[in-house]
Amino acid sequence: MFFCSVELTVYTLVLLATTSIIGTVVLQNGSPQQYVTLYGNGFYNLIKVLKLDDMYHAWWFLFLLLLLCINIIVCSIERLSLTWKTIFPKKVGFNPDRFRTLKNKEIFTTNKEFKTLASEFQAILSKRVGPVLYEETSKGCVMYAEKGRWTRMGVYVVHASIILLVLGALIGAVFGFKGDLRLDEGAKADTLFTTKSRTSIQLPFAIQCNEFEVRFYDTGAPEEFRSNLTIIENGKESFTQDIRVNHPLRYKGINIFQSSYGTAAPDNALFEILDNTTQKSITIRLKVGEKAQLPRDAGIFEFEGFLPNFKFREHNLGEAFFGKVTLKGKEGFQIPLPTKFPTFDKMRKGQFTFVVKDFEQRYYTGLQVTKDPGIWYVYAGFILMILGCWITFFISHQCYFIEIEKTDQKTTSVLVSGKANRNSYGMTLKIKKFVTLLKDK
Amino acid sequence: MSMNSSLILSSTTFIYALATVFYIGSFPFKKQILAKAGFWVIVIGLIGNTTGILLRWVESYQMGYGHAPFSNMYESLVFFSWTLAVLYIFVEIKYKESSIGVFVSPLIFLAIAYASFDPNMSSKISPLIPALKSNWLIAHVISCFLGYAGFALAFGFSFIYFFKPKDPKSTSVFARLPSWEMIDELTYQMIVFGFLFLTIGIITGAVWANSAWGKYWSWDPKETWSLITWFVYAIFLHLRMMRGWHGTRLALVSIVGFLAVLFTYFGVNYLLSGLHSYG
Ligand code: HEM
Repeated sequence: MFFCSVELTVYTLVLLATTSIIGTVVLQNGSPQQYVTLYGNGFYNLIKVLKLDDMYHAWWFLFLLLLLCINIIVCSIERLSLTWKTIFPKKVGFNPDRFRTLKNKEIFTTNKEFKTLASEFQAILSKRVGPVLYEETSKGCVMYAEKGRWTRMGVYVVHASIILLVLGALIGAVFGFKGDLRLDEGAKADTLFTTKSRTSIQLPFAIQCNEFEVRFYDTGAPEEFRSNLTIIENGKESFTQDIRVNHPLRYKGINIFQSSYGTAAPDNALFEILDNTTQKSITIRLKVGEKAQLPRDAGIFEFEGFLPNFKFREHNLGEAFFGKVTLKGKEGFQIPLPTKFPTFDKMRKGQFTFVVKDFEQRYYTGLQVTKDPGIWYVYAGFILMILGCWITFFISHQCYFIEIEKTDQKTTSVLVSGKANRNSYGMTLKIKKFVTLLKDK
Repeated sequence: MSMNSSLILSSTTFIYALATVFYIGSFPFKKQILAKAGFWVIVIGLIGNTTGILLRWVESYQMGYGHAPFSNMYESLVFFSWTLAVLYIFVEIKYKESSIGVFVSPLIFLAIAYASFDPNMSSKISPLIPALKSNWLIAHVISCFLGYAGFALAFGFSFIYFFKPKDPKSTSVFARLPSWEMIDELTYQMIVFGFLFLTIGIITGAVWANSAWGKYWSWDPKETWSLITWFVYAIFLHLRMMRGWHGTRLALVSIVGFLAVLFTYFGVNYLLSGLHSYG
């Protein structure tokens, strides 16, 4: 059957491994412009057709993953129905002839009497391995014990974990979301836009950022980002908590991560207004949108707003405040006040010169808000995969066999052999150890 | 302050170099005593390597940064040598085959030599950025490197297939190499070990990413390449267990797998860009 062959597994895995390389070489999720400049128009069309700009979500890549899942499921069902009786037999039996001819057998003779030997070995076997099957033969006896039959389920655990991982990823993609939220200190929000499709999402609660703090090492590298957040439900404050990188807030299935920060627009500032006619100056604190009378009743100054990056003749002058000056009987005009250049407004040579003397530096915190109901499937898959690999690789189904024969009046001959479904070398070592143990008795 | 650990670690490099010389020397001259010496020199090297790592850990606390020494390329290479040496010593004790040291000791030496001698490699202890401050980082790095060590040893052993004469009566120097069954067993055990730890490494990395960025998988180049490596070794396992592949054919798959490991470790850092700044 096509879907149940290891050839299919191998070919699919080879295809997945080789095509995965593409996405690490070709730019992912870039803009059309970027692709055209990087690869030219011809390649851009190819990239579009094969969705190489987002290849891990391209139809053909998802199809390969689907093929892998079908392969595992069909195969496991078919094989399990065959091996179920081997894994859970009604009655365990053994064939002495098979064990007599095994390669890793050890034979030794001893002077001990047959009867004592038989009961001693039986005790060791049952203590070390498991319940012993005992049979008399014409010349003596054979005994058999086994352990770890259940470990044959290990592969199925590994394969099931892969299905769980894919299922979890699918559930996350369909029912989850991921979005960015920018909150100024003091601000709150209960809606956000998803990163991919930019659709708006309404959260079941509002998030308020009370404070953001960034600490630096003496080398200048950032040491810690911390946001103090309050969760507001039905208009009431529910609780307040700090989040840091690696220490997100998880509430009602929604996770809030610290992801970035920046400077926010200050909502008030202290302005100095110098009257160039009288050489007298006044200072006044204004909030955004507030107006002030100019000296000598010459007009009105309005604090209009703030820009983190003010561009002036192609130069970025950084943070700047904006105001509108309206002199009596004249048209109003806008003036920029870059904080790094206090004398900037002087160059305008107006009747009044404006300078920002002081303002409160405020930050905004960049939060990543996610919901992923598939995560528990994924984590269960992770645990099962590790467990399954451990069982498959390091524990095996081991069968031990001992035959005791009376050779003459004095001596008894002992044959010890065993087999395991995996790691035959390890089994050979185990048999050797076991024989030393028996001889010491 | 950070002189102490650097000094110990560069001496370790020379010790491992000496071990390599002993192992290689023991080979054509059939001198068992040289191989024995090689083994003990590696043990001494491992002691130096361990001391160097621990001292570096202490120094980072003295400097006020306080983090495990797994945070840049230099530290990761030093740790890679360490995992290789530990695993090799274990294998030599368990399998009692000293001739395989020829194929492994150069790898132990090369990893730490690269860390010590590449002029672009900074051995400075620097503070951790916030995203790297996580216990998952330690679990992630340790398991990934145990995995890489398993694959590296398997890679070394795979070459034995190409040297060991098939004819049991051969008198070539390579006739002393372990039997085909033994190589097969050794390579398989190393890959199984590597696979388990690579799996744990990828998983702890995913759990860490989920606590730092809210996403357990983002197809970042390093992640993708570790998955590619995982695929290659999964192919290896299925070919061996289900298709009965053995010998040189399978050895080639193991070699390809290790090339994928090398690309995941170095290639991604130097040729591609992404979240991971180091190995
Ligand atoms: C990556 C996706 C994987 C796919 C598509 C896959 C698929 C398969 C298939 C179709 C078989 C044969 C039928 C069967 O025994 O069920 C098989 C066998 C096997 N697989 Fe996988 N497998 C995958 C991953 C793994 C992993 C990660 C392991 C590691 C433990 C593994 C270990 C095995 C083993 C040991 C067998 C042999 C079973 C036996 O001896 O009876 N597989 N796999």
